[in-house]
Amino acid sequence: MLSIKNLHVSVGDKPILKGINLEIKAGEIHAIMGPNGSGKSTLSHVLSGKSGYTVTEGSVTYQGKDLIEMAPDIRAREGVFLAFQYPVEIPGVSNVYLLKAALNAIRKHHGEPEVDAMDFLTLVKEKVRLLEMDEKFLYRAVNEGFSGGEKKRNEILQMAILEPKLCILDETDSGLDIDALKIVSEGVNSLRSPERSFVMVTHYQRLLDYIKPDFVHVLAHGQIVKSGGPELALELEEKGYSWLEEQVAA
Amino acid sequence: MSAVIASRYPAEYESIAPSLPGQNQPWLQQLRSEALQAFSATGFPSPREEEWRYTNVSGIEKKLFSVPASQVASDVSADLLKAYQLPDAWSVVLVNGRFSAELSALSGLPDGVSVLSLADALVGANVGAKNFSPLLETHLGRAVNNAEHGFVAFNTAWFSDGLFVHVPPKQVLAKPIQLLHIVTQADALAITRNIIIVDESAQASVVETFVGTDNAYLTAAVTEVFVGQNADLTLYKMQSESEKAYHFGGIYIKQERDARFTHHNFAFGGLLARSDIHADLDHASECVLNGLYLGVKRQHIDNHTRINHLKPYGISRETYKGVLDDKARGVFQGRVIVAEDAQKTDSQMNNRNLLLSVDAEVDTKPQLEIYADDVKCGHGVTVGQLDDKSVFYLQSRCIDEETARNMLTFAFANEMVDKISIKSLHDNVLEQVLARFPQQGVDKEWL
Repeated sequence: MLSIKNLHVSVGDKPILKGINLEIKAGEIHAIMGPNGSGKSTLSHVLSGKSGYTVTEGSVTYQGKDLIEMAPDIRAREGVFLAFQYPVEIPGVSNVYLLKAALNAIRKHHGEPEVDAMDFLTLVKEKVRLLEMDEKFLYRAVNEGFSGGEKKRNEILQMAILEPKLCILDETDSGLDIDALKIVSEGVNSLRSPERSFVMVTHYQRLLDYIKPDFVHVLAHGQIVKSGGPELALELEEKGYSWLEEQVAA
Repeated sequence: MSAVIASRYPAEYESIAPSLPGQNQPWLQQLRSEALQAFSATGFPSPREEEWRYTNVSGIEKKLFSVPASQVASDVSADLLKAYQLPDAWSVVLVNGRFSAELSALSGLPDGVSVLSLADALVGANVGAKNFSPLLETHLGRAVNNAEHGFVAFNTAWFSDGLFVHVPPKQVLAKPIQLLHIVTQADALAITRNIIIVDESAQASVVETFVGTDNAYLTAAVTEVFVGQNADLTLYKMQSESEKAYHFGGIYIKQERDARFTHHNFAFGGLLARSDIHADLDHASECVLNGLYLGVKRQHIDNHTRINHLKPYGISRETYKGVLDDKARGVFQGRVIVAEDAQKTDSQMNNRNLLLSVDAEVDTKPQLEIYADDVKCGHGVTVGQLDDKSVFYLQSRCIDEETARNMLTFAFANEMVDKISIKSLHDNVLEQVLARFPQQGVDKEWL
């Protein structure tokens, strides 16, 4: 699904990622953990195509294609979805319009006809119920005046409707109370399938109590310093990040 | 200060004066003669005047416009009427500055409600036994006077017709009233005066629509608005003049105690267009000024607002948004004056501008003058490009960059269009917004 090889990324002259290697197969869930400033968000931004980052070395291959070469909207249509840490408010554009425009862009990209209006509404309403959202949200401007929890739920709603192949969750759990975290996690778990992979970038181990990863990687100073199974997350919970950071520094 | 440039227009006045309405009204003859005198002394406003520093109208003197000999209703195409005449309104149509009974739609007005051409109101003709003279004498020239600036004096001396509206107390109008102001003749002077009187506890909506065929001409309209105690008036202005035209439109509002006035100003047309919206508020009156200006090519669009809180407990809310592309220039001057006596005033002013090209320009000047000490007043101004974060967010949701930019531009403008509560006008304004900017990928359904 996704193959990251020796990825080096700079912002301006400053190197942020210094040789990341990561293989993600279809159906797998990978958690990327690490302290603040370790490069976690940079990794998710680079994968989704945000501008302002320079890939100085290495490669990212998604389904056999060079991901770095693709414009952000093409990546999205090819099935890469970024759930934002800070979802953007878009006044004047309704949620339901954005969903429809996005879904139709994907269908067009794959040479399929536009979605039927009735089928679309049925689909959207089903997913709205899944995420325990009020239908009124659909007709409100994208994220405008939403609480932090509502914004994160809205990201997962978009993901549920667009059915991406590679889902990147950038700190989706931060700022959520336990009820909202459970709803978001259930939403994510319901999307798990043998064809779909997840990259969960998180600072807190708590998320992994609700979404069980197959692999956990620890990022520090722009490198993956340790990889393991779900048990690694528990070790981090107990010992913190400093013992791994010291290893890199040494 | 250097001397004003003498205007070439007063020399023409004598020849056209006999054709202007109100010959049999001495008070109006007096008003016109004072106005001619004032205009001859000052001419059109110059950028040396503080309120006109960003807008130079000297082009009007370089090109000599003249009063058309007569209006010709047959010049008005069916398409133009279809596009701009609201189907669900009483309408007064002015062609080249004169009333066209043929094109207007005035049947079925409720008893006691007067909607007619100003010239007819002055003559008293075609209106049965009604004598509007006393009402006109106590209102025309009372919301604004010649001292304001040259355009007001010019209008007072030259006006050839206009809209007259009188809504009696407690009358609530079921349909809007439209003034459709059409200029079809090249180099025409279309000088019109509108008087709108809404009596105590009455409620009405009025739409002023300014359009023209593809010519150079000058529209100079002055609208005087009187909103009585506890009355409610919503006034729309749809300015879609030809892209070669000069437009001046001044709206001067007197609000009595507890009166509510809402204005929606859509400034889309003209080579050079200036609007004045000046409101005087009494005790607990409420004034809402909304505006959207769109400039493309070399358009110059100036909006000048003044909200005068004269008495306590007044509320004012002002939101003006501008989108400027190419080499267009926008001007927003917003003044809020809170008199010493106007305690507990609550006023908010906001001006937001979106510049789509490096050559587009906006000059924005919010001014608060507060002489009372217990008030809540604020203002905010932004000038900027489309937000990169928003563009990226939409891109990450499969929308290509160009469509994302178009969507965000429309969304920005649409906030103001959405405030229109007359469906046919809303759709008309929306069409015009869509026509002015690239619309690739933008689906009207969500606008």
